[in-house]
Amino acid sequence: MDLMIEMRDLAKEYGEKRAVDGLDLSVRRGEAFGFLGPNGAGKTTTIRILSTLTKPSSGRAWINGFDVMEEPSKVKQEFGIVQQHMSLNRELTVRENLELHARLHHIEKKERRDRIDEMLDYVGLEEFGDHLIERISGGMTRRAMIARALLHKPKLLFLDEPTVGLDAQARRKIWDLVRGMKWEGTTVFLTTHYIEEAEALCDRVGIIDKGRLISLGSPLELRQNLGLVTVESRESENNTEYRYFPDRAAATEYVKTLPSGGNIVMRESNLEDVFIELTGRKVTG
Amino acid sequence: MSLSDAYSVLWADLAVLKRRIFRYLITTLVSPLLYLVAFGWGLGRGISVDGTSYFAFVVPGIIALTAMNSSFTGAGTRLNVDRLYFKSFDECLMAPISSSSLLLGKAMVGAVRGLVSSVAFVGLALLISPTFQVTPLFLASLLVTCLLFSFLGVLAALLSKSHEDMGTFSSLILLPMTFLGGTFFSLSQVPEALKFGLYVLPLTHSSLCLRAAVLGQPFPWVSFLVMIGFWAAFSAACHLVLKRASI
Repeated sequence: MDLMIEMRDLAKEYGEKRAVDGLDLSVRRGEAFGFLGPNGAGKTTTIRILSTLTKPSSGRAWINGFDVMEEPSKVKQEFGIVQQHMSLNRELTVRENLELHARLHHIEKKERRDRIDEMLDYVGLEEFGDHLIERISGGMTRRAMIARALLHKPKLLFLDEPTVGLDAQARRKIWDLVRGMKWEGTTVFLTTHYIEEAEALCDRVGIIDKGRLISLGSPLELRQNLGLVTVESRESENNTEYRYFPDRAAATEYVKTLPSGGNIVMRESNLEDVFIELTGRKVTG
Repeated sequence: MSLSDAYSVLWADLAVLKRRIFRYLITTLVSPLLYLVAFGWGLGRGISVDGTSYFAFVVPGIIALTAMNSSFTGAGTRLNVDRLYFKSFDECLMAPISSSSLLLGKAMVGAVRGLVSSVAFVGLALLISPTFQVTPLFLASLLVTCLLFSFLGVLAALLSKSHEDMGTFSSLILLPMTFLGGTFFSLSQVPEALKFGLYVLPLTHSSLCLRAAVLGQPFPWVSFLVMIGFWAAFSAACHLVLKRASI
């Protein structure tokens, strides 16, 4: 199998807390992989290890065949990253931030300007290149971060909660960009706690909780394992029972057995249902 | 280590500095000018030290002080903010450049700011006292002073866990050095035991070198070597701290 990311028993401890707890995971080349889990599940720590920012406590990881611990300088050439927090230099313009990245990634001087123009155009910021970062909106900042991450044509793109805090329109724009990257063959490793984001963008999803991978598969496979159809029956004001069925016929048979007049909803199951069933908690918790 | 990578790290700060040069110069010159007025013209009028006027004596000390403060703040405070608040230091850490280039680039940020501030103050000093000599040894001493305090700033920023830590570092290390580092008085005036303690401070050696170069006195080569030793020690400590923190 042609792997872009490989993790073996990867762990990170902060004092007594295990932020990442023995991850074994592979991501294929060209795949859009989603790491789904609540805040504090270990998603960002995993990305920080893979992107050489944080030393793991134990275990090993490879990016495009290069050992993250042993060959960090080679690993750094393989990926681009859009971090969860705003990591652009606020005192520089959009174009200057891209220029800095181009210099740090050894893009030849004669290529720099064309490449920067190309990326500004790609993310729809061609008119904002000379604006200081502190004077553009949150959505534009995130798009500038994507432009920066793609500037050196990485084979792998890490997106850590790329749409957190953005409005619906800006979120859709980012989704389009991610789909475009995948279409062009870039491997995408995305962390999110937005269910719809994982379902919309990812070929496979890993569900992580308390630093451990608790389920792995395509969104459809994960839903199939649970049952594609969900029946919600409200038993009292504070208690709703959820039952899962492989298809609508089975769900309908079940609904017939319920007392009439109850508050019953039949719908397609989603990754939120999968997460709740696995952990007993909501993913946004 | 690649000098062009170090320059790339510096380049970003040069872009910012170019945009704000006038504001920077005004801000950075306030403190040395106040020292000059208070100690040079006020307190020191009519006093002579080691055979020279106190004004001529104190100007090189204030240059050393300006170089120290501007370099330390230029490298340290900016890195502290980039690292802990803006998180833009991560971008440099994830770039395919060596840690030596990264640290040198970050230190050059402070050194350039230190040199700009010091040269601006030297310009003013030349207007006030045209007998002031700018010699190659003066420039070499100024450059080494800026680099060693820049690396100290980078080290402080890498060790800091908050902005408050930088303030504590300044209060405990830089402030005592400001007044005890041979800036405003001659070491020949202090008791032997205290003199020994003052030689531990890098600013003492900067003041000695800059003063000797400016006043045409015999150059204290030992102090110059001690400055280079401090520079090497701070640089090595930066490498160790950075290596401990990331891959």
